Amino acid sequence: MSKPRTLLDKIWDSHTVDTQEDGTCLLYIDRHIIHEVTSPQPFEGLTLAGRKLRRPDLTLAVIDHNIATDRSEAIPEDSQLQIDTLRRNCEAFGVTLFEVDDPRNGIVHIIGPEQGFTLPGVTLVCGDSHTATHGAFGALAFGIGTSEVEHVMASQTLLQAPVKSMRITVDGELPFGCTAKDLILALIGKIGTAAGTGHVIEYTGPAITSLSMEGRMTVSNMTIEAGARAGLIAPDEKTFEYLKGRPFAPKGADWDAAVAHWQTLPSDNGATYDKEATLNVSDIVPQVTWGTSPEDVIPITGVVPDPKDVPNPEKAAAVKRACEYMGLKPGTKMTDVEIDTIFVGACTNGRIEDIREVARVAKGRKVKEGMRTLIVPGSGLVKQQAEQEGLAQILIDAGFDWREPGCSMCLAMNVDQLQPGERCAATSNRNFEGRQGRGGRTHLVSPAMAAAAAITGKLTDVRDMLNG
Amino acid sequence: MDKFNTLTGVAAPMDMINIDTDKIIPKLHLRTIKRTGLGKVLFEEMRFETDGSEKPDFILNKEPYRNSKIIVAGDNFGCGSSREHAPWALLDFGIRCVISTSFADIFYNNCFKNGILPIRVTKDQLDALMADASDTENPELTVDLVNMEIKRPNGVTVPFELDAFRRECLLDGLDDIGLTMQKGDKIDGFEAQQNQAQPWLNSAPPA
Repeated sequence: MSKPRTLLDKIWDSHTVDTQEDGTCLLYIDRHIIHEVTSPQPFEGLTLAGRKLRRPDLTLAVIDHNIATDRSEAIPEDSQLQIDTLRRNCEAFGVTLFEVDDPRNGIVHIIGPEQGFTLPGVTLVCGDSHTATHGAFGALAFGIGTSEVEHVMASQTLLQAPVKSMRITVDGELPFGCTAKDLILALIGKIGTAAGTGHVIEYTGPAITSLSMEGRMTVSNMTIEAGARAGLIAPDEKTFEYLKGRPFAPKGADWDAAVAHWQTLPSDNGATYDKEATLNVSDIVPQVTWGTSPEDVIPITGVVPDPKDVPNPEKAAAVKRACEYMGLKPGTKMTDVEIDTIFVGACTNGRIEDIREVARVAKGRKVKEGMRTLIVPGSGLVKQQAEQEGLAQILIDAGFDWREPGCSMCLAMNVDQLQPGERCAATSNRNFEGRQGRGGRTHLVSPAMAAAAAITGKLTDVRDMLNG
Repeated sequence: MDKFNTLTGVAAPMDMINIDTDKIIPKLHLRTIKRTGLGKVLFEEMRFETDGSEKPDFILNKEPYRNSKIIVAGDNFGCGSSREHAPWALLDFGIRCVISTSFADIFYNNCFKNGILPIRVTKDQLDALMADASDTENPELTVDLVNMEIKRPNGVTVPFELDAFRRECLLDGLDDIGLTMQKGDKIDGFEAQQNQAQPWLNSAPPA
């Protein structure tokens, strides 16, 4: 009997083109997604070196980071230049590009799965750290820097030092009012933002397998916030069901052969991991971040921590700095924190299930006066579906601002930004200082929690609004 | 890429954990199609007021740290986004080496592509180096990649480890794309074999 292998081992081994003496591997890359921000320099590099793009057919381009989600708003000149540069490069190198007004366009990590470009067992990279999202399909997917983008463009491979494996087993059943977002926030709150450094995380356990594909993507998306570049969830019938019939997915006999192969991918019984962690979600309540690191997580029923209670001096200094930046006094009840903006969207929570969650809370209610609310579908297709299901109308009737797809206020390099001192309940993935705009304050929450906050004007326990 | 052999220079102490890539370079500066010129906005929000004036308390705004070549920082340096603009900005400012107890994976990789050496040390070693860097009279460290050691102002050396391949690329200033292109035959062979075994991976995209 050969040694039991993990899902990671199987993908890694089957993509190793060459291994150097020190263990560095040359990995073949099956799928490369590019966007306007991290592609201009590598295209320029290729041109200067006289190199070709090796596999334009395995490369897909989208425009997402810079666009305005109110399409009538002017785009800054430098943003426009990045977008036009991508257009020119895709034309010159023969890459399929989804244009801004194409319903298939949207956030890079939403459209990969939506188009069936993301498949189980593949290696998939993109010059964006939230590439971890695609691991929900059992793809080894990770973010890379711009030099590595150029390496993939030129050779369809990447040089990779061996990685370690980490298994996170999530037991229990998500309680009422809690979602995949609460699961991953609770997990990062428990293990910290550096727990996965140097590892690829595989998520297992009943609380993971019972999630929808959308929920699994939310979990895998924030793997990078736990320090790991890639997250993996073993492909199963739900995965195949989601992918079947998608535009780029295999068809006919190819589909059957692909499924047969994908069924061999899950980790073997007895496979071992370099590191393990566990979480039981049965007792969690809706989660919220209070500080400026994704590990600064507490239940909505909790209070802002006091640096005096933190024994580790480095951590205590970080808590103090975060409280100052966030304008929060230790001991403040989270449900007393007033907010002025909510943002629903991003590659974390911009899918149809997320819009449904918002509509469920919004139905028959009104957004508090003066609140700024950005509801940003993750793709043109999500937007269309939400409109067909009547969700968009529910949101509009409740006073929410229903916008066009894009990365929007997740990273605020486009025109959607917080002003200094503004406070936002956001479904995105990072609450770093300045992430949503210089001086802006971010509380990470689930879509339902963001909707609840829009209605009350404060961080709110959404369970109180879902009762009855 | 410039070779990295031995580096002697002022080390700036940044005794803060989780210095993320948004802190290193805010997102507005990602709207560039170039790699150069980002040093002036390195650590922008910590370093400058909104009107562009310097924040006097920030370490790189103080002497002798304005000419730092090394940063000594708290745990989990470079966490967050994959933006290579972070190492580009460090390099453009003049930083060739960052020392910490740990680095985020993508940032760590990106450093080597730009001739920057990230060094992982133990907590005790970091504390000692942080104290050295904080001595404004003599905050110079010498980083010796050939012998893989950091020489402290008191003459004591701190050894460090690094993968052989990464070390070689830094020492020789090698372009790893060029190295990989020499393995074109192996890549061709892999593609042919994968094409047989998993033809669906080449499914033509929809028109």
